[in-house]
Amino acid sequence: MASPNRPLSPHLQVYKPQLTSVLSILHRATGIALAVGTLLLVWWLVAAATGENAFADVQAFIGSWIGKLLLLGWSFAIFYHMCNGIRHLFWDAGRGYELETAYATGRIVVAAAIILTIGAWLWGYASMGAFS
Amino acid sequence: MSLRSPLGKVRGLGSAKEGVAHWWAQRMTAVALVPLLIWFVASVCAMAGADYDAVREWVAHPVVSILLVLMTLAVFHHAQLGLQVVLEDYVHTEWLKIASIAFVKFAAIALAVATVFSIVKIALG
Repeated sequence: MASPNRPLSPHLQVYKPQLTSVLSILHRATGIALAVGTLLLVWWLVAAATGENAFADVQAFIGSWIGKLLLLGWSFAIFYHMCNGIRHLFWDAGRGYELETAYATGRIVVAAAIILTIGAWLWGYASMGAFS
Repeated sequence: MSLRSPLGKVRGLGSAKEGVAHWWAQRMTAVALVPLLIWFVASVCAMAGADYDAVREWVAHPVVSILLVLMTLAVFHHAQLGLQVVLEDYVHTEWLKIASIAFVKFAAIALAVATVFSIVKIALG
């Protein structure tokens, strides 16, 4: 390479963020976050197989404010990545590429992810008897 | 008209020499994960606040054990395929790229084995 320091295309910093590009980056970001989040799933199941004390540690972590905050983030990440993943599958099938459609499905995905996240947490708190 | 060479047509492989296997596996695990994760998240919501015995009893149910193992395999396969693409995109130092991808693959296998073993131990324990 003659000049390795020259700026690389596509010069992301000069673009105004758009819904389509922001959601694309968010898909990747939530994917990475979910890969990290699998550690909690592994910890939860390994602890359940290990014994009561190990399991109590996981429960204590999940019950703490940092645990709840991470769980809130991961629950949104799951719903967003799943909904947007379905959007991607339609693209893979060659559908939904029109600009208006891409924007509309993007808005639907964000709305669905937020509604599903709120619904899941309401369900969880209802299971713990918070509303009865 | 095709721009592919006759040999390329016969082999059906692109420049990566592996065809669409990676891309296809990413999509197939994605499709499998949609129902599996809806089931899992719904189960966790319904079980919120459950204690040690209740969780173990749930995991030990045969249908649950099987679905959990399937979900674990699909999750880690999907995750390592995805992380591989991210690393290929952003890590430009060749040895670091190979090392980090290898680390991700080893970690995914180790975590998947640990998870499956735990599920089986609870189910058969």
